[in-house]
Amino acid sequence: MLNNLDFSVIPLALPAIGKGLLFSLQLTIVAMIGGVILGTLLALARLSGGKWLAGAAKVYVDLMRSIPLLMMILWFFFLIPLLTGRPVGQENSAMITFTLFQAAFYSEIMRAGIQSIPRGQVNAALAIGMTYWQSMGHVVLPQAFRNMVPVLLTQTFILFQDTSLVYAIGATDMLKAAENAGMLYGRTVEMYLFVSVIYFAICFSLSMFVKYMNKRIAIIR
Amino acid sequence: MNYHWNWDIFFQTIPSGDETYLMWVIHGLGWTVAISLAAWVIALVLGSLAGILRTVPNRRIAMIGDVWVEFFRNVPLLMQLFLWFFVVPELLPRDLSLWVKQDMPAKEFITAVLALGLFTSARVAEQVRAGIQALPRGQRNAGLALGFTQAQTYRYVLLPMAFRIIIPPLTSEFMNAFKNSGVAYAVGVWELVFVSRQMVEETGGQVIESLLVPTVLYIVCAYAANRIMAVVERRSHVPGFIVAK
Repeated sequence: MLNNLDFSVIPLALPAIGKGLLFSLQLTIVAMIGGVILGTLLALARLSGGKWLAGAAKVYVDLMRSIPLLMMILWFFFLIPLLTGRPVGQENSAMITFTLFQAAFYSEIMRAGIQSIPRGQVNAALAIGMTYWQSMGHVVLPQAFRNMVPVLLTQTFILFQDTSLVYAIGATDMLKAAENAGMLYGRTVEMYLFVSVIYFAICFSLSMFVKYMNKRIAIIR
Repeated sequence: MNYHWNWDIFFQTIPSGDETYLMWVIHGLGWTVAISLAAWVIALVLGSLAGILRTVPNRRIAMIGDVWVEFFRNVPLLMQLFLWFFVVPELLPRDLSLWVKQDMPAKEFITAVLALGLFTSARVAEQVRAGIQALPRGQRNAGLALGFTQAQTYRYVLLPMAFRIIIPPLTSEFMNAFKNSGVAYAVGVWELVFVSRQMVEETGGQVIESLLVPTVLYIVCAYAANRIMAVVERRSHVPGFIVAK
């Protein structure tokens, strides 16, 4: 029962859990930045009109979106050593997997964002002498990003929760750190409860922030 | 890269016993489907309930739905699974706690279904709420003006439309239920991820075969879920509204 719980081990475990949290956040940020850049390129490839380029991008995105992330984590973890001949470590493997995986999801968001910009704007940009890339970089993408900020953040919210899946390859994220600390001090229940509260606090604030952004952007439009 | 393909591993018997790895994979698929479908039923029932609650005019009751969604949406699925598996039994009354820990049948499976079902219910609730709120305000008022009670308005006016509108997002949630079911391996359910990991370890490096077959089965499951929902969508389509072919 509740009165058997002993939360006095939390201060002892705090450094280890903090380190785990730091990795979870690092993984989220790396995958977000890498994923948005790669995803934008994929979206541009899909909208480029080139048959092969668009086709390849579509196959990549559809494949990533149809495979469970947990399987993808295992694929990369076991395949990278096979391809390169040496192990890359759980943490690096996780970063690579999450970046490549999230890119597919960000690319769909960016594609919707780009398609939400009226075609006339691209024509106008071309008419005043911009190249295709200039029209994208100066006219379309800035607006597409701005319109899609809430959706991009929602995806990042999902990404942050999914980082807990690196548990499968033994990378030490916050969940794994809690498990380790729980075993070390024989207080698994308290540790799990403690990190759930941290997860909740972070995710809840992030979702409130997304709501706030949604409202702000809605007013400006 | 010189990789030695060896598809025969699926017909090899496992070290302890006379089952083949192929049988393992088939069992794994069975558990994956069982978890996903059972969780989907829970998610649909509780998610619809929570979603409806969030739209009722009484703010106090609507709050219950809001709290439900925020609670199950803001903690990662794997974390929720561990909470149900390791933490909740400790917080139960003494006798019940002992029973859960020692005698409860199919404990891993039930916990996994519960965790996945509740996690998915929060997402379903979001869709149900969005579906109800997407209807013109006049529909509710018209229902009430006809003399329907609040409950009747939901039953005969709002829900029949709302549920049809949200079939496409529900389809992706159904597919997600299959994709997310893999976390059950972490508490020891012998589903596809579990089998896959076990095969990688035991077959001495037949990594690609061991991962490829479960991966393909996941894709097949998700596709089947998609087709089932497509049939539901066609059957339930409202004349005059756009429907996917």
